[in-house]
Amino acid sequence: MFGDPLLIGDIGLEEVLIVAFKGALAFVIMLVAVILMIWFERKVIADLQNRVGPNLAGPWGLFQTLADGIKLIFKQDLIPSKADRVIFALAPFLAMVPAFISFAIVPLGGNFQDNGGVVSWFGRDTYFQLADPPIGFLVLLAMSSIGVYGMMLAGWSSGSKYPLISAVRATAQAISYEAALGLSLVSVLLVSGSLSTHDIVLSQAGGGFGGIIPNWNVIVTGIVPFVIFLIAAAAELSRTPFDLVEAEQELTGGYNTEYSSIRFGHFYLAEYMNLITMSSIMVTLFLGGPSGPIFGPSFLHPVLPVLYFVAKLMIFLFTAVWARATLPRFRYDQLMDLGWKVLIPIALGWLLLLAAIQIGRDQDWNMALVIIGSLAVMAIGAALLTTAIGSARRLRLSEEVS
Amino acid sequence: MDTVWGDNVAQNIAFYLIAAIMVGAAIKVVTSKNVVHAALYLVAVLIGMAGQFILLGAEFIAATQLLVYVGAIVVLFLFGIMLTRAQVGSDPDVDTTAAQRTTGGFVAFILLVVMGYAIYGTEGLSETKLPEERVQTIAEVSDSIFSTYLVPFEAISVLLLAALIGAIVLARRD
Repeated sequence: MFGDPLLIGDIGLEEVLIVAFKGALAFVIMLVAVILMIWFERKVIADLQNRVGPNLAGPWGLFQTLADGIKLIFKQDLIPSKADRVIFALAPFLAMVPAFISFAIVPLGGNFQDNGGVVSWFGRDTYFQLADPPIGFLVLLAMSSIGVYGMMLAGWSSGSKYPLISAVRATAQAISYEAALGLSLVSVLLVSGSLSTHDIVLSQAGGGFGGIIPNWNVIVTGIVPFVIFLIAAAAELSRTPFDLVEAEQELTGGYNTEYSSIRFGHFYLAEYMNLITMSSIMVTLFLGGPSGPIFGPSFLHPVLPVLYFVAKLMIFLFTAVWARATLPRFRYDQLMDLGWKVLIPIALGWLLLLAAIQIGRDQDWNMALVIIGSLAVMAIGAALLTTAIGSARRLRLSEEVS
Repeated sequence: MDTVWGDNVAQNIAFYLIAAIMVGAAIKVVTSKNVVHAALYLVAVLIGMAGQFILLGAEFIAATQLLVYVGAIVVLFLFGIMLTRAQVGSDPDVDTTAAQRTTGGFVAFILLVVMGYAIYGTEGLSETKLPEERVQTIAEVSDSIFSTYLVPFEAISVLLLAALIGAIVLARRD
């Protein structure tokens, strides 16, 4: 509850250097992860479509992304004559920087089982994460809402029609799903009692029910917030099936249609940085981050948490690729209906249920009664909402007929 | 507080730096000829404000500032601008008349005088010893909202609800 032990007390040159080292390390980890992720996505999609995928650059085509990056740097950089030049140049960075900033709050390692997640680097105790602000995952929400600016301004400043349509779609989609994203995170806050990502991971470490089932938030919050977060995150990232922002068939590309050379590369980079950041946040908030059983010889102890983290991360990254190869795209009105009429009411109802259970536990109420009562209230609310939506739809249809 | 710079030099330098950027951006908000540029300068002002809150140890309010103003309100501004007048380059409609400029300047001046009087006219303000600054936890913020400031908080909620219903009434077709 006191934040990074490194930053308690006076801050000298040594502390500054360690933090700078952590910053550089996080950046390198991010870039390497993006390079590997792009290769992984292309390889897995190729497998799912019975193709070979990149296989010429390096072993198994591992260096394909690097080769593509070098190619993009040396390509001609075109700016449309109708573009707003300053904003056109600024937009790729507005997309990239927030993705990295939210990655800074993810704990990547550290023994959470019996050491409180503290690691010892250069003889100093610290956390294996760049920053542990007391406002924790609010940083993620703030940054994901700032990330919208990148897509929006790219589309607008191109001075071209298709990117503008894409920008309008991106903005509407991001705003709609941010509410569901935030509401599902409040459930995590409710059971963990802290916004700090480090404390959230700490609260999930150790055995849960019966000592076998892990104490992860995905189980403690009753799976519903996790599913809502997963869907809302896919929409925020505009991944399939929510990739209306980049619907090539309709928009010739999307907000980045007019971008070329390394500016286009920046958007590509930002997209994958966002994917990795969001997946890491899901691991942190719902799957216990780097926590897990620590065993074996002592040289394994610092390595195991990182391995756990990567293993959990791979679940989400693979699912994202799998969904992209499998699912068709949503229609625009379906997207909005799902966000506003399904996800937000469920997230809100579930939050109230969890709050009622929490208060009931504190006040020693009859738990069965609390749960039955809350479920009854939720059922009544759901019935009212469905009636309202149904009658609104009937009214609109009859208006259109007349 | 012995000197002009106070106890914490770094904090004061950061304050004046951010304040200068905010003032510059605020002037550009009203003078810019392009609506989208004006909205982006407004974003700069709001981010600067979040920075000032962090300097004061109010991190929760800083995050809320980013989340609500930068992430939602200005995004909606831009959304509206893009749907209606999405042209790139300067917009002739944005030019203000002399009467508008004078009124705007007058209102700003009155506001400056009132707020300046509120700060410097309060008796004994310069002698007041401020409590030591520390990072405010979110639990403290929520405790004070739901106990000391419960009535104003509920009043604002009702006001927002009224605004919401008003917006729906205005947007309805019948």
